[in-house]
Amino acid sequence: MDLKGKKITIHDMSLRDGMHSVRHQFTLDQMTAMSTAMDKAGVPMIEVTHGDGLGGSSLNYGYGLHTDEEWLDAVVPNMTQAKISALLLPGIGIVKDLERAVEHGITTVRVATHSTEADCSAQHIKAAVGMKLDTVGFLMMAHMVDEKRLVEEARKMVSYGANCIYATDSAGYLLPDMVASRVAALKKEFGDEIELGFHGHNNMSMGVANSLAAIEAGATRIDASLAGFGAGSGNTATEVLVAVCNRMGVETGVDLDLIEDAAEDIALPIMGKPTRISRDSLTLGYAGVYSSFLLFARRAEAKYGIDARALLVELGKRGMIGGQEDMIDDCAMEMARAKGLI
Amino acid sequence: MKINCALIGSGNIGTDLMYKLKRSEILNPLWMVGIDPESDGLLRAQKDGMKITSDGVDGLLPFIKEDGVKIAFDATSAYVHGENNRKLAELGVKVIDLTPAAIGPFCVPSVNMDELLKADVQNVNMVTCGGQATIPMIAAVSAVQEVEYAEIIATAASKSAGPGTRANIDEFTETTKLGIEQIGGAKKGKAIIILNPAEPPLMMRDTVHCQTAEKPDEEAITASVHAMVKEVQKFVPGYTLKNGPVFDGKKVTIWLEVEGLGDYLPKYAGNLDIITAAATNIAEKMAYSIKEGK
Repeated sequence: MDLKGKKITIHDMSLRDGMHSVRHQFTLDQMTAMSTAMDKAGVPMIEVTHGDGLGGSSLNYGYGLHTDEEWLDAVVPNMTQAKISALLLPGIGIVKDLERAVEHGITTVRVATHSTEADCSAQHIKAAVGMKLDTVGFLMMAHMVDEKRLVEEARKMVSYGANCIYATDSAGYLLPDMVASRVAALKKEFGDEIELGFHGHNNMSMGVANSLAAIEAGATRIDASLAGFGAGSGNTATEVLVAVCNRMGVETGVDLDLIEDAAEDIALPIMGKPTRISRDSLTLGYAGVYSSFLLFARRAEAKYGIDARALLVELGKRGMIGGQEDMIDDCAMEMARAKGLI
Repeated sequence: MKINCALIGSGNIGTDLMYKLKRSEILNPLWMVGIDPESDGLLRAQKDGMKITSDGVDGLLPFIKEDGVKIAFDATSAYVHGENNRKLAELGVKVIDLTPAAIGPFCVPSVNMDELLKADVQNVNMVTCGGQATIPMIAAVSAVQEVEYAEIIATAASKSAGPGTRANIDEFTETTKLGIEQIGGAKKGKAIIILNPAEPPLMMRDTVHCQTAEKPDEEAITASVHAMVKEVQKFVPGYTLKNGPVFDGKKVTIWLEVEGLGDYLPKYAGNLDIITAAATNIAEKMAYSIKEGK
């Protein structure tokens, strides 16, 4: 694979996807410490919000320790070069939440829908474009659709005004050739008009490999997070991606020593333990299940005595998608009842 | 003699409503109003002998008086409802609003229909499908003790959500939230909507979380919830309590499933039935009042 001379923008997820690892409990000091270390290392984009995006703080997904605005205020004023983004899932967050986030300094929004439901993003993408934001259409669970459908949905988001489209592997299910074919199909459709991005989860240990496949196929924005903190087995580790890009001659603008230090000295102590691929988080990738279901499934296992893996596989079979965390206990109770456990 | 009605909006909700109204003993669905002459709903209405126009509400207005249209149902979108209502109100038509526009007072029949009928309002709003499915449960908990916060997650099959619903996602969440507070009785509300594309399509599911101010009275809440489920089942037989109420500290969680009658879309689309049946319910009561000259 020859990627020499390519240039990518690393978009760090530690302060948004990483929220899932700590049940959305980052303190303001932790947010400041991680974001300033990344800013200093040259990370150009950092996402900040509740793990489920603006307005995600809820009984269903878990209350945030702080509001999205408080978190943004702990980050934005300290940035010397990094731009701050927010995630917005239509159906959970609303345009008013976005307006508030803009007042608190975001310059990019990523409007996320399931990979078949792009037309639910029209309101939010149009509003974002109206606010002159860098506006990204974020197509989640991209493994559940073929290339043709992914392009169709992306086309809708572009028609509303998105200037960048992501193939998002929310379940960490995709393998490199599947990433390549999806990104290549988007590239073929949009050429250089629309920027392309890839968001990976490391459930099958494919984080870096999939990112490289995406870069080769034409993606220039790649999501990653410090020490891989994120839902499921986490995201692609930023420091590892930077090291690999250095070796391959891909320009990231991120200082390797400084980003390694940020991961090791700042992020790791905050997270307590390193992210690893456990049997449960591997199951997410293996069965194609939304990565943030992991901790919910573990809690249901403890509560109802149902194996988390069996539960995740069943949720996958039932076609549950991102945001349907409410169905985890429902499904666990049904399984427990069938086994005579409750 | 039946009371003549007009259906405005020939999408999923309008068309499902048409079949419900056709079974009514008091309502006569006379007009179907659309904007696309090729829309499935308009073609079906025409085939069933209804009068149709594809010129929007303006195509209907000249016929309101001569056809004696007394009640109109608006299933278009929140964006155009205000204008539609203004024109219809001028002609003395009562309007049942199935968009999330919420100009008029909210109506959740099993909770507040009698009040609205007494007040003889010109426009009532049916909240949203998610609101119709969940607000009765919140009201059932509120009836027992104070609810500090209530949150609902409504999941509908992608195939059951037409372009109007998709273009109104924010209005859905905001209107449902207000309904949770005003009719459900929660101090603060939140609504989440998910469209699931699974094939074959999944039945509508709704999850209700209530946070009570004091420790929940489990026995009384359980009884109140079961009684309310029976109330809703009177007009939506496929409304079922799948799990709960489950109590966890001050949190009360209820899992519902809503199976439709399969009038227009198949039975999975309970999200259509829960709102169209509720709209039919209040419209029938209004029609009896009109007939009795009240």
